[in-house]
Amino acid sequence: MEKGTLRQILLITDGCSNRGGDPVPVAALAYEQGITVNVIGIMEQHESEETSGLQEVENIAASGGGISQLVYPASLSQTVQMVTKQAMTQTIQGFVNKELEAILGKEESLESVDPEKRGEIMEVVEDMGETCKLEVLLLIDTSASMYHKLATVKEALIDLSISLNARVGENEFSMYQFPGKRSDIESIMKWSPNLDGMYDTFPKLASGGITPTGPALQEAIYQFGKQNLVRSMKRSDAQSEEEFL
Amino acid sequence: MMHKAKKNSYNAIPIGTRIRGKWHHHQYVVHKRLGMGAIGAVYLCSMNGRKVALKVSEKNTSITIEVNVLKALQKVQGNQLGPSLYDVDDWVAKDGRTYSFYVMEYIKGEPLDRFIRRNGTNWIGPFLLQLLNDLEGLHLAGWVFGDLKIDNLLIYPKPPRVRLIDVGGTTQQGRAIKEYTEFYDRGYWQLGSRKAEPSYDLFAVVMIFIHLFYPNRFEKQGESLPLLRRKLSAIRALEPYQTCFDKALRGVYKTSAEMKEDVIYIVARQHQTRSSMHKTLPFWKRTTPVEYISTSLITGSAYGIAYLLTL
Ligand SMILES: Nc1ncnc2c1ncn2[C@@H]1O[C@H](COP(=O)(O)OP(=O)(O)O)[C@@H](O)[C@H]1O
Repeated sequence: MEKGTLRQILLITDGCSNRGGDPVPVAALAYEQGITVNVIGIMEQHESEETSGLQEVENIAASGGGISQLVYPASLSQTVQMVTKQAMTQTIQGFVNKELEAILGKEESLESVDPEKRGEIMEVVEDMGETCKLEVLLLIDTSASMYHKLATVKEALIDLSISLNARVGENEFSMYQFPGKRSDIESIMKWSPNLDGMYDTFPKLASGGITPTGPALQEAIYQFGKQNLVRSMKRSDAQSEEEFL
Repeated sequence: MMHKAKKNSYNAIPIGTRIRGKWHHHQYVVHKRLGMGAIGAVYLCSMNGRKVALKVSEKNTSITIEVNVLKALQKVQGNQLGPSLYDVDDWVAKDGRTYSFYVMEYIKGEPLDRFIRRNGTNWIGPFLLQLLNDLEGLHLAGWVFGDLKIDNLLIYPKPPRVRLIDVGGTTQQGRAIKEYTEFYDRGYWQLGSRKAEPSYDLFAVVMIFIHLFYPNRFEKQGESLPLLRRKLSAIRALEPYQTCFDKALRGVYKTSAEMKEDVIYIVARQHQTRSSMHKTLPFWKRTTPVEYISTSLITGSAYGIAYLLTL
């Protein structure tokens, strides 16, 4: 967790990928670069967790080091913010567990310390979760079947923004849809501290029958990389300016 | 396989099971399940003949976070905020899995809605004041209760007193509310942020009393403030509190003390008008059974207030 920033991709979809490569190894790639991949699968009212055919959702999150959850549209709002927050805690905890191993030796984790020490450690985890910087790239499936769910997704994302903006730490959001009108993935909103920017640009229409989840994830990783590059360039700019002054 | 795992897990511990702590070695005998929540299950247990409530979960981090809050609340002087904490430990169950648990004071109480249904709406005043008193203590200590709702209140019977349970949403002021329930959450109604500040709880206080009269709740629909006002004004029992509740919904009160001041004024006046009304009626018209019950309830609520003011 370099510089106290958590990076997440939140993928919201209602189907399996059917174009481009397998998204599961791509998620592993993201995780390897410090980006957690969380996935929310939206079921139809008549579907159940077993029949929905959304197993891919779980596999993507598992290899992306994140959390997955299948939901009906009605509980999307609560789920989106719960998944995001739980994933943050999980990442921080993983990080803290590694530190613990370094201090206490191999095989030591939160479970193997006594409840008093555990309490102190969780306090640190909570503090970090509250104060760290969070970057979330939202990746929204806009294939044909999502058409009547888009309004609900938009509402859930506004709600997510309310939850995360109550934190002490800074947030950055950006949003992409897949498929786009012309390409596999298209930008809805550039990096910004809240989601206000999506009000006008959030897609109202679905855009075709294909679901290129793999390529979309690939592109999302690239966008994260680009954003970091831009930021580090800005930082060095600022530094040289200071030196100049 | 699935079935077996379910049966042995923390939410269906058989009666008579002995839960022995791995670290502190205290032993608890399970008597019955008191409730289930998002985080864990709560059991009535006994330890050396003493009744206690034991909350157990597979999410050791959630248990730890709640314990941290309970520990912090025990240090606060004055009113008892939340149940007393007795023990924290892990339990290695027969299935070999380790669960975390904590042991707290057993609050033998009745749900608020049932109490009001049985005893009448004159109890709204006293309970509202008690709640605001507890919240004031909590807020002054730097916390916000967060997930305030009917489910997280119990009415202790003698004397009738509101008790807050489930500190899962209890958050340090200035941070993001940890856990909430949509109907009670001002963020959901787009009437405020999810930052932990006293006004967040005061909004939920109003929703508790609205929920009492709309047991099935209702959903967001268009502009929230006019909708909530409409719902509120349709409840006769809440009529004296209209202005006060409206202020709380709009986040006008920055502290519980401000809201409490208004409530004390309202209940005092309400009591006055009621007793003067009674005096103008001839005796035989006053003592219908219904009237009798309500007079005794007024005495009850007056008693409640008197009790409160001595705290
Ligand atoms: N200290 C207690 N005394 C008596 N009953 C309790 C106590 N704590 C919890 N309960 C019962 O257990 C139920 C679930 O507990 P709760 O802590 O609310 O779980 P969760 O945080 O998972 O929602 C409560 O609604 C209540 O009925």
